[in-house]
Amino acid sequence: MRQDLVLEQMSEDDDRSQPSDLRSSSSSINKTRNCSGSISASGSSTSASSSSSASSIPLSIPVTEYQSPYPDQVLENVLENVLCFLTSRHDRNAASLVCKSWWRAEALTRSELFIGNCYAVSPVRAMGRFSRVRAVVLKGKPRFADFNLMPPDWGAHFTPWVSSMTRAYPWLEKVCLKRMSVSDNDLALLAKSFLGFKELMLVCCDGFGTSGLSFIASKCRQLRVLDLIESEVSDDEVDWISSFPEGESCLESLIFDCVECAINFEALEKLVARSPSLKKLRLNRYVSIVQLYRLMIRAPQLTHLGTGSFSPSEVMAQGDSEPDYVFAFATCKSLVCLSGFREITPDYLPAIYPVCANLTSLNFSYANITAEQLKPCHKKLPQTSNLLGLQAVAATCKELRELRVFPVEAQEDIEGPVSEVGLQAISEGCRKLQSILYFCQRMTNAAVIAMSENCPDLEVFRLCIMGRHRPDHVTGEPMDEGFGAIVRNCKKLTRLAVSGLLTDRAFSYIGKYGKLVRTLSVAFAGDSDMGLKYVLQGCPRLQKLEIRDSPFGDAALHSGLHHYYNMRFLWMSSCRLTPQGCQQIARAMPNLVVELIRYGSLENQEKLDDVETLYMYRSLEGPRDDVPEFVTILRADG
Amino acid sequence: MERLGNYESDLNLKATELRLGLPGRDEPEKQTTTTGVIIRSNKRASPEISQEYSRCNSNNSSVSDAANDDQDSAPPSKVQVVGWPPIRSYRKNTLQQKKNESDSAGMYVKVSMDGAPYLRKIDLKVYKCYPELLEALENMFKLTIGEYSEREGYNGSDYAPTYEDKDGDWMLVGDVPFDMFITSCKRLRIMKGSEARGLGSCV
Repeated sequence: MRQDLVLEQMSEDDDRSQPSDLRSSSSSINKTRNCSGSISASGSSTSASSSSSASSIPLSIPVTEYQSPYPDQVLENVLENVLCFLTSRHDRNAASLVCKSWWRAEALTRSELFIGNCYAVSPVRAMGRFSRVRAVVLKGKPRFADFNLMPPDWGAHFTPWVSSMTRAYPWLEKVCLKRMSVSDNDLALLAKSFLGFKELMLVCCDGFGTSGLSFIASKCRQLRVLDLIESEVSDDEVDWISSFPEGESCLESLIFDCVECAINFEALEKLVARSPSLKKLRLNRYVSIVQLYRLMIRAPQLTHLGTGSFSPSEVMAQGDSEPDYVFAFATCKSLVCLSGFREITPDYLPAIYPVCANLTSLNFSYANITAEQLKPCHKKLPQTSNLLGLQAVAATCKELRELRVFPVEAQEDIEGPVSEVGLQAISEGCRKLQSILYFCQRMTNAAVIAMSENCPDLEVFRLCIMGRHRPDHVTGEPMDEGFGAIVRNCKKLTRLAVSGLLTDRAFSYIGKYGKLVRTLSVAFAGDSDMGLKYVLQGCPRLQKLEIRDSPFGDAALHSGLHHYYNMRFLWMSSCRLTPQGCQQIARAMPNLVVELIRYGSLENQEKLDDVETLYMYRSLEGPRDDVPEFVTILRADG
Repeated sequence: MERLGNYESDLNLKATELRLGLPGRDEPEKQTTTTGVIIRSNKRASPEISQEYSRCNSNNSSVSDAANDDQDSAPPSKVQVVGWPPIRSYRKNTLQQKKNESDSAGMYVKVSMDGAPYLRKIDLKVYKCYPELLEALENMFKLTIGEYSEREGYNGSDYAPTYEDKDGDWMLVGDVPFDMFITSCKRLRIMKGSEARGLGSCV
């Protein structure tokens, strides 16, 4: 049977020309070789990969006679068995370019399909190539869509993908979507089509509600993971928690901190009690601290916890005995990741100290506490009692790998406690930091340089100085040197977001030192086209570039022609581009989809000389067919 | 770790540096860009550039005059710019919700009294403690409420002040600390007669 399958594939493929696959990372091998002649042991004169000989092979081998399998088939069998062990998609992309044989074998053994841009390839094409996929990861809108820079209904619909998957992948187990539009119908179809479905992750998605969740909970009997992360979930007033079937559940991860409606706590408590494998639990803000206690007691094996509101839901009358929260945290000995604190009552903060020493990730981003409120807690710390909030973190969380600090008031011009002092303290206390997202009103180069020197393992450095064009508030200098030190000293840096007053010099540093940077985020920065040119010409690994409100024009755009096919996308909004400049790009690069997105009315389109938003990405499919009216796709022949 | 000095000396080697441009292209620093912006050193944004930039974007309503305003570290208050700072609106919304909830709860609440033809409204925020509140109620309805005791409720009168809390339950005014009462009280009702006395006798 197996032999037949392999032969069938070969005879179908032989008429196909070399697949025009997209090049992946620069490490992939770019030449194809006819390998069967050199590998086949018996030295047969005809090579199996050329069409003339292959067409003479019958579709099926008669079973009555034993025929020794011809060399290429053995090779394929061996390859398939070996390729199973290749998990990295970059390695697989490289392997698939060796020759047709390898291409085929790799396609048959790839079990996780990662599509970084849902418009880069069609469902039919992707599923036609990879027929045995168990897990699909799909990403849709660009990140700036999160900040209202893109009109709603731009696209990235899950529907065409899920419909194709029901036909192509009956054994599908895992779906992970990011920034896609998902409907309740999509979720219903998913739930009913895949009997072995195990994992659903929806990150920054929208378009569905609690009724969609209910389908998933009730129909996916093998469900291990249901993660809703920063998604918008509409309240259809459906009790989805109660939809989970009775009996022991194999749930390992239940994340719903973004769901903005109340849940049935009794049902949740029972669910947690019957989920012995549950490791990750992130509650929404409708769960009080008393309820949290009850859940923690039932699930001491948790490794990831989102605490919910972390305050009592109702007033405690005098004399009511409060649960021992310290005890609850102390029993969860495996906790490494803590978040939540949505409506924190600071009195309860000391409860988390038993686990602080083991934390690798701590997310206080919703905690509306001031340094003053944290002070009573500091007396319990072995350090001096004059520590401010971030300094307390720095002192206790030595193993911290990831930190995110958000502003309470998300506006400019507001004085806040978070500043360069906090960043300096973090850099000195958390030497193992790998990823930081830090919002502040103002910053100094010295603090950023200190971080670059103290935290050499940084891979993600995202600093948002909320005051636009803000220089170093001590020296008055631009923030060039700070970010320059980051790209120079943090040799593993792959993701960078810059802010504050920045000249072209900052970009020259990035181009010169940021050789591993894959994602770069720029806002209100730079002086001239040179800034963008430095980056496009200097950063060979650049894949995602998002720029807003910076003075980069057509010439700068043109300087990246050599690189755009290596990138996933380029976003430029409120820059200095013209439709003509963008048209030139579209003409020069037919496999790029060049979208001009406009907020205003369509009649003025010709009159305006500038481009509001350019969003361009490589694609095998050409212009998509679900274009809304506010998007114009520039044609190569336009 | 390279210091800044190394970078400076590297600039002198630009002639031998491998670049992606065509051979014979000018040094970038000597060119002016097509937009005519003067390339300058690392000083703060000069007025001409800011103005030109904002002129180019004058059609774009999402960018404010911020570029003009921004000269020094303390700019005057700016027009709020779309999508800045880059925080997801979902996150902003929850913070705003929290503020609204805390602002609107416990302010004006309806007060009904058994037997009275219409209701009144009072602003709970005005009062700092129970005696103040009770005195105000007494004045409003021309009655005496009596002494509060934990064991027996209100002694000495036919009236007992009660309130509906966030969970929808009717509670006796005075049982919880005043601050907590303020945040959980949805409406007030002054009970009269046998119902009121019943509270004391069933303890």
